[in-house]
Amino acid sequence: MPSQTHVTTTINGEPVQFLCEPRQSLLECLRDILGMTGTKEGCNDGNCGACTVVFDGRIVTSCLVLGVEAQGKEISTIEGIARGNRLHPLQQAFLENAALQCGICTPGFIVAAKALLDQEREPSEERIRFWLANNLCRCTGYDKIVRAVEQAAAVSKQEAAR
Amino acid sequence: MKWFDYECPRTVEAAVGLLSAPGRKVRALAGGTDLLVQLRAGRREADLVVDIKEIRELNELRLDSTGLTIGAAVPCYRIYNDPAIARAYPGLIDAVSLIGGTQIQGRASLGGNLANAAPSADAVPVLIALGARCLMAGPAGARSLAVEDFCVAPGRNALAPGELLVSIHIAAPASGSGAAYLRFIPRNEMDIAVVGAGASVVLDGNVFAEARIALASVAPTPLFAAQAGDSLIGKPVGEASINAAAEIAKAAAKPITDMRGTAEYRRHLCGVMTRRALTRAIARAKETN
Ligand SMILES: Cc1cc2nc3c(=O)[nH]c(=O)nc-3n(C[C@H](O)[C@H](O)[C@H](O)COP(=O)(O)OP(=O)(O)OC[C@H]3O[C@@H](n4cnc5c(N)ncnc54)[C@H](O)[C@@H]3O)c2cc1C
Ligand code: FES
Ligand code: FES
Repeated sequence: MPSQTHVTTTINGEPVQFLCEPRQSLLECLRDILGMTGTKEGCNDGNCGACTVVFDGRIVTSCLVLGVEAQGKEISTIEGIARGNRLHPLQQAFLENAALQCGICTPGFIVAAKALLDQEREPSEERIRFWLANNLCRCTGYDKIVRAVEQAAAVSKQEAAR
Repeated sequence: MKWFDYECPRTVEAAVGLLSAPGRKVRALAGGTDLLVQLRAGRREADLVVDIKEIRELNELRLDSTGLTIGAAVPCYRIYNDPAIARAYPGLIDAVSLIGGTQIQGRASLGGNLANAAPSADAVPVLIALGARCLMAGPAGARSLAVEDFCVAPGRNALAPGELLVSIHIAAPASGSGAAYLRFIPRNEMDIAVVGAGASVVLDGNVFAEARIALASVAPTPLFAAQAGDSLIGKPVGEASINAAAEIAKAAAKPITDMRGTAEYRRHLCGVMTRRALTRAIARAKETN
């Protein structure tokens, strides 16, 4: 008899447990089981990056990770980005630069860009574009997204200097 | 996706036991960037998925005097983030840093790239050019196989039932050696090679002492163009020898026409990409001399 698997994991620093079927993706587990709908589904095949989360320190497309693989791992999602009621500099920069229209790609871009800024203070435009090549946007034309990431990098640098 | 069971063994023996389960369709899971897409699309079936990422040997990444051992489940980013490996094997780095984008590179393994046996697999030509070997473990014990003999048909590899790819081994680079991988695609990232070319050379002064060339997306499997490489041995480095090798590589290709290009276009690109890969490999060989 097929039975569900019990998964114990950490999401945005909090211990979390859930039951899922082995065939369910981490994306499905986040959205449909845990109700964490900030992570989006675009293509469900690894191409669009809308489902990007940090999985044990690396960004991955959560549609290509099984929920059962989360056992014992650390996961960060878009829900963990804001600092309490204050937006993260990336979120603020996306708003100020109109780096989103429909918004379906935005959580993925922000999670991916944050992973870059967490490891590199001042990435070049080329570096940003290559880092984000696994994230697709049908609305903005990318330029505003790249500007927003550059602005957030500058703001984060100032904050760190203070 | 259809229902499947999931196991996450800790040892090679346990994995082989699970992969050999009689009467079950069992699939190894490394990064899942091919397998989960295929299971979801119904292109492959499994009633048991064996996650191999918790097995020590499959996570090993070791550079020593014998060369480089890459556990089959090691994701691309671990390879290009290692400065010593990047210095010793720049041709391998070319390939692992252009598989997918950042997210895919966080998961995709060389073992999966090989075992999936796509003609377009970007890591395979350079592994063939570098003379890499696959180390496998199965119910009948361990064995090893040259990478050029591993892919046998589109989507089919040389693994026997129950067999697991454990690691890939590349010999230490000889002095005066250089390698490169290049692919031709319509955009810089996130697409499948129209044609890819991997080349590895060992130079003795200005003469080719060794040369190996392999191509992606021009035949049912990654293609080892042995004669193209052999034609260079003993010849002086220069346009004439490089062009002659590129012509032989072109003749060895058996490309098809699909949405990414016609057979004729691909054949033309074989020559172009072989020349470019050789030129870059030669430049690297001269740098290390
Ligand atoms: C968006 C996207 C972009 C991509 N871009 C590229 C690209 O640019 N170039 C490219 O070459 N590929 C690309 N791919 C394909 C894929 O990422 C690579 O082939 C990758 O290397 C597969 O590795 P994996 O660890 O994810 O394999 P998995 O999906 O885990 O496994 C692939 C196959 O190999 C088998 N397998 C895996 N490991 C073993 C083992 N140790 N022993 C026996 N069998 C095993 C599995 O059962 C499965 O059949 C892309 C995929 C996606 C989704
Ligand atoms: S939904 Fe996962 S990459 Fe598109
Ligand atoms: S804002 Fe609509 S897809 Fe990016």
